[in-house]
Amino acid sequence: MSYHSFLLEPISCHAWNKDRTQIALCPNNHEVHIYKKDGNNWNKIHVLKEHNGQVTGIDWAPESNRIVTCGTDRNAYVWTLKGDVWKPTLVILRINRAARCVKWSPKENKFAVGSGSRLISVCYFEQDNDWWVCKHIKKPIRSTILCLDWHPNNVLLAAGSCDFKCRIFSAYIKEVEEKPAPTPWGSKMPFGEVMFESTGTAGWVHGVCFSDSGNRVAWASHDSTVAVAEGGKTAVCTSLTSETLPLLCVTFITENSLVAAGHDCYPVLFVYDSNKAALSFGGKLDIPKQSAQKGMSARERFQNLDKKATTDTKEAVLESVHKNSISQISILNGGKAQCAKFCTTGMDGGMTIWDVKTLESAMKDLKIV
Amino acid sequence: MSKNTVSDRFRKVDVDEYDENKFVDEEEGGENQQGPDEAEVDSLIRQGNLMGALQAVLKNPPINTKNQNVKDRAEGLVLKVLSSFKSTDIEKGVQSLDKNGVDLLMKYIYKGFERPSENSSAVLLQWHEKALSAGGVGCIVRVLTARKTV
Repeated sequence: MSYHSFLLEPISCHAWNKDRTQIALCPNNHEVHIYKKDGNNWNKIHVLKEHNGQVTGIDWAPESNRIVTCGTDRNAYVWTLKGDVWKPTLVILRINRAARCVKWSPKENKFAVGSGSRLISVCYFEQDNDWWVCKHIKKPIRSTILCLDWHPNNVLLAAGSCDFKCRIFSAYIKEVEEKPAPTPWGSKMPFGEVMFESTGTAGWVHGVCFSDSGNRVAWASHDSTVAVAEGGKTAVCTSLTSETLPLLCVTFITENSLVAAGHDCYPVLFVYDSNKAALSFGGKLDIPKQSAQKGMSARERFQNLDKKATTDTKEAVLESVHKNSISQISILNGGKAQCAKFCTTGMDGGMTIWDVKTLESAMKDLKIV
Repeated sequence: MSKNTVSDRFRKVDVDEYDENKFVDEEEGGENQQGPDEAEVDSLIRQGNLMGALQAVLKNPPINTKNQNVKDRAEGLVLKVLSSFKSTDIEKGVQSLDKNGVDLLMKYIYKGFERPSENSSAVLLQWHEKALSAGGVGCIVRVLTARKTV
């Protein structure tokens, strides 16, 4: 894996372009910086300044090459590349609190914004007025929406919220698309319909992700649990309590394996077995450098006992690659079905690219099914 | 000054209570939760079957009930069982619990910390150390994020 330290400030959010040569990220302020890979270096090529508040979400549409950003100034902008300059178009979201996350739909004709106003704004482009219009999904959301993910059919939207629930909504906009075919989550999908609502986990839902087929949805919650639900006549929900600090982001790397990362600063693997409807811990995905173990003299032992009440030789230094919480994880190659590389960014201002094959061979007992 | 600026009683009004969008937890029927069976637990302690007493006292936790007495009684009972363990047996006691049991034990431990009595904190700290090694920090996070607790 390769680690690159972009900044000293946390990276609030990031997005990659189609061929993974450019990354757009927010350095914890009102701007978006776009860096281009040049050999082993990253050069800043664009600075997008339009937001009046911290940029909380960035998404880069691979096919149409548009960037959508949303921020705490309650606005979203759609940026299009005109020549060598990114030009913003304001989108009125009609929200009265900060926007928290934004995602383009798979066909890139809509995007959804989750906000602190307890609603999701689904925005689409109206050709006649040459203007982005939005529709709201309000019920039954009772608190801030923290994360969103689209189903591959371009209609269903999974949303994780601070009211401790993960829900799947229908974001069907009749102006831009055909009626969708039935899915395991349901067949009638009018706009705003709740297809699934989770029960059982407490804690804010920090990260949510559909699997590649769209039949499974996984979410990470603040009570240190990860859960997977499989669509069907009755949705089957399985959750796993973990012994670590809460996880902030989760993504499928194959149909049965998830990678999640959070406040513990290293990614972890989870494996879902659909026959047993069980979720299990697959392993810690960080290869710490083995530091030389030096012996302790009796004097050091007594000093440690006096100061720290323990003779443990473990130092209080993080062995993981990231030195602070990981806040976002994104797939680079292979899609959610056969991910070959994924990338994590965190509050230490660094970005790490992880190679799945290398991890598999480096960790014994690690099986990515 | 005019009369309507004299009183400052308005400052004591809790405005958030009147917010129509205020988040209200779902009500789950908790009236029937009586907490662990006192008689059963007492008899097990007297017999010296401390493992059994631990299992028994962690049954039927009064999580959903709004009756504070039931919660206090349960907490007192758990404290009695925890104090009657020998220090060397604590680890075995924790090993005999499953994941949910460890989470529940941690909830009772923190509840016990809230109201310290003579020797309770020392005992609870020993149990806390063993429960932490079994449940990890995730167990403590679940105590902090639980909306309904013992």
